[in-house]
Amino acid sequence: MTDMAWITAALTAARPQVLGALLRYFRVLDAAEDAFQEACLRALKTWPVKGPPRDPAAWLIFVGRNFALDEVRRRSRQTELPAEEELVIDDEDPQEELAERLDASHYRDDILRLLFVCCHPDLPTSQQIAVALRIVSGLTVKEIARAFLVSESAMEQRITRAKARITAAEVPFDTPGAPERAERLTAVSMMIYLIFNEGYSASGGSAHVRVSLCEEAIRLNRLLLRLFPGESEIMGLLALLLLQHARASARLDSENNIVLLEDQDRGLWDRELIAEGLALVEKAIRHHRVGTYQVQAAIAAVHAQSPTAADTDWSEIDRLYEVLEALQPSPVVTLNRAVAVSKLRGPAEALKMIEPLAPKLTGYFYFYGLKGALLTQLGQIDEARANFNKAISLANTAAEAAHIRSHLDRLQKDSETG
Amino acid sequence: MLYSILCYESEALAAGRTKQEDDAMMGRLRGVLQNLQAEGKLGPTARLMPTTTATHIRSGKESPAVIDGPFAETKEQLLGFYLIDCPTLEEAIAAAKLLGREKSHGTLEIRPVAVFNPLGAPVAGRPEAGRSK
Repeated sequence: MTDMAWITAALTAARPQVLGALLRYFRVLDAAEDAFQEACLRALKTWPVKGPPRDPAAWLIFVGRNFALDEVRRRSRQTELPAEEELVIDDEDPQEELAERLDASHYRDDILRLLFVCCHPDLPTSQQIAVALRIVSGLTVKEIARAFLVSESAMEQRITRAKARITAAEVPFDTPGAPERAERLTAVSMMIYLIFNEGYSASGGSAHVRVSLCEEAIRLNRLLLRLFPGESEIMGLLALLLLQHARASARLDSENNIVLLEDQDRGLWDRELIAEGLALVEKAIRHHRVGTYQVQAAIAAVHAQSPTAADTDWSEIDRLYEVLEALQPSPVVTLNRAVAVSKLRGPAEALKMIEPLAPKLTGYFYFYGLKGALLTQLGQIDEARANFNKAISLANTAAEAAHIRSHLDRLQKDSETG
Repeated sequence: MLYSILCYESEALAAGRTKQEDDAMMGRLRGVLQNLQAEGKLGPTARLMPTTTATHIRSGKESPAVIDGPFAETKEQLLGFYLIDCPTLEEAIAAAKLLGREKSHGTLEIRPVAVFNPLGAPVAGRPEAGRSK
């Protein structure tokens, strides 16, 4: 890595910790962001000359805080402007001292708070994600706009509005108690999950941008797990994301069409990510505190460990979905379980299972897609076709619609030849 | 003389590398290792999984608690390591407990191995991921 590349990477890596600490000092997001920005500019000037500091985060916090305090003084005109050199730290002592004073548990809650302010319940989830990517990850507005397929100015407005809302909301700055911390962790985990899904599910936008959202979610999840190493659900979530992301290069074919799990080339799956995901599932399960992310990770682990689609242990998947249904009853979970049931006990059984879900899933693409597929297996072609058509009308992306259309084409071909 | 070379780096920084950057770096390292191998100097090499996959236990206890996460006690130094091959984490923990019982102090950290090459550098391509189950 060149010096400059190292510095950029160090600034990105330090960002959540530094911004979190500055937010605790200043209590205002904009002030913290300005101070961080300034500290980064000074780092870019100072580090190439004097070498990188031993603890980049501590250095940035120290410099950022001094800058902001100085701004306050400047504005109140109570003191003379200090000379530029005085603001630059030229030996390592101040930061060493600072590093000792800032104890690790502070860092932990600082970063959690920073993530938590982005999940304000008044904000729609798409805004939570955008704000987190901007504030915590430091992506540019342009990058985020590209990921959401909106114009840069629209995204700029969206983020500005969301930040105003966050600023207006009361963020508690006391060290959180155990129940508050747990609540924050739940909200933040959900946000990380949503960032990942944003990258994973939609296939609009360039694949590169999508993948970077998934990678960003994984990076944030790793950060969170380093801070809270004993939280089995955070382990479970990271395992889930790694196991899903391991399949990224097999999920779309060369023409950007969706390739279903059972048709994927398993040789393209990233074995290193899978191994880490499996290690985390195993570690999480030792805690005997079952949670929805762990169960979903366990389901992903069953797929990851099957050498071919035909080897899939569907009874284990059925059992895990049953656990998930009990933890988090939802028609979507039952719909997923029906896939396992169709493999184990046939399409008729699965159809019987999903039919009662119809009123709750009238607007849901996958419901009609699965129903069409089950009806096809049962030879009820006209009904299958009607369901596939309904699915196409509900598709969220061109790739989803194209996938269903391929089913329809197959039906057409079969009826012509048969 | 046998020497071990241990790699230390900020995990937050390492996690910020893209896959391409990481692959490029691993490729350069492989070049160095191949030269060492040609000179007959290379032994086994391993890449460990991130510390978030680690588990640790305190030595010198009959039934030590199993603790998650990175090993944070900075007052202790790395004295050595064992490489064991077990089908499950549970068995690896049991093995570590047996070792820990024979030592009066310190910590044993169990960390899954991501990539392992028993003898020297792989000739080409990405090495096989470590066994997991």
